Amino acid sequence: MIRVENVQKSFGDNHVLKGIDATFLEGRTNLIIGKSGSGKTVFLKCLLGLHDTDEGIIDYDGRILSEMSKEQRRKLRLELGMVFQGSALFDSLTVEENVSFPLKMFTNKSKAEIAERTNFCLNRVRIENANHLFPAEISGGMQKRVAIARAIVMNPKYLFCDEPNSGLDPKTAMVIDELIKEITEEFNITTVINTHDMNSVLQVGDNIIFLADGKKVWEGTKEEVITTDNEEMVNFVFSSELFKKIRRAARKEQNLP
Amino acid sequence: MFITKFLEDIGRYFILMGEVFRRPDNLRMYWIAFARDLYTLGVKSLGLVCIISIFVGAVVTLQTALNLENPIIPKYYIAIATRESIILEFSPTMISLILAGKVVYNNASTLGTMRVSVQIDALEVMGVKSASYLIMPKIAACLIFNPVLIVLSMFLGIVGGYFAGSITGMISSTEFIDGLQMDYRPFYIYYALVKTVVFAFIITTVSAYYGYYVKGGAVEVGENSTKAVVSSSLVLIVANYIITQLLLS
Repeated sequence: MIRVENVQKSFGDNHVLKGIDATFLEGRTNLIIGKSGSGKTVFLKCLLGLHDTDEGIIDYDGRILSEMSKEQRRKLRLELGMVFQGSALFDSLTVEENVSFPLKMFTNKSKAEIAERTNFCLNRVRIENANHLFPAEISGGMQKRVAIARAIVMNPKYLFCDEPNSGLDPKTAMVIDELIKEITEEFNITTVINTHDMNSVLQVGDNIIFLADGKKVWEGTKEEVITTDNEEMVNFVFSSELFKKIRRAARKEQNLP
Repeated sequence: MFITKFLEDIGRYFILMGEVFRRPDNLRMYWIAFARDLYTLGVKSLGLVCIISIFVGAVVTLQTALNLENPIIPKYYIAIATRESIILEFSPTMISLILAGKVVYNNASTLGTMRVSVQIDALEVMGVKSASYLIMPKIAACLIFNPVLIVLSMFLGIVGGYFAGSITGMISSTEFIDGLQMDYRPFYIYYALVKTVVFAFIITTVSAYYGYYVKGGAVEVGENSTKAVVSSSLVLIVANYIITQLLLS
């Protein structure tokens, strides 16, 4: 579980995060949503420790991030997996080398054990016959899946994804969402996804927090998204006609106005 | 403004060096990175260094011969002048400057691209000491291989001079070899190698500094790579003066 309390972050006079509270539970897909510039990415970077917070607490199962030494943070990071927006695969390494990199760097496993674990993770994300290809030789969707395989190869307790389906076609995006949800439940990981993709919100959002102007404006589940009356949230999520229709139909089904 | 920026750069450079020289996470992975960098930065520069050294050695001999065309001055002075020019200045300084163009651009653009495509962030999130893992093997590769390149350059420069002198008939083989052996000071080799090692450190660390801290996109990577070449060349020239003052004066 990750508990966040009154997290604030400024860059000079620009107050990006203005006191965010949230709890991200294990085995659940936690979504951070909001418009561009709402502070999602800065919040995610604060959670990862890539930015230091000005105030507030980020608590990883009783371990307070701001109280940790550099070495303790490094050890915590061995428990984190991260899928970056652009995949961030190492260009000069093959798919297999990318996935096995953390194992080679941080474990004393034999070559056979590393190969076995790497292949397990690649099979888990349904990558076949691409072990010796370079990132530039595979599609965007495959790159995302390789990035997920790399993120889970060390058996992380916490998985972070920054816009995991940006730049993907709707079908592939759905596959990636489903994959992250399956992995979260299968390995009981605390997953935090940064997104503004409304398909993801309605498909995999076990717990959703909505940020606007650096503040948490709304929190709920994907079912509650339909019934919420929070104006900012409704305007953001149901900005397209298609989603407005979906909302009207769902509310009608539940006898809501 | 300029002074503030300059001091900020110096401070950040030393902070980066503090990050670079940290205990490696896994020596085997560093060793692999070192072997890769040794090949990319060192072995791949062999051809360039060889060709430049032979031809510049030849040109130095010919120019010296033309300037010493006087019956009173013995011909072997041409070989002495060639030897001293190549050992003292051409090989350690000029070749380092040429390598600065090649190695610095390579380092700064590689690290800069990794930074803007968040590959460095990916390493950090994994728990890898990114500065140490990415930069330390490059420094080690250049510190070890650049002296080899420079010694090779000295040898080939003199060989180039020997052949140029013999072929044009400006100095005979015997006179050239006599000149090479005359008044030889082994300390000059030591001086040249000290310069080479210092220059290798400057080349790799300055380029790493500019690449590692890039912000922006492809344009900024290009701009920072160019800044890295200019800055490392300037630092190298100043260091050349300081080392010469300290060791030869």
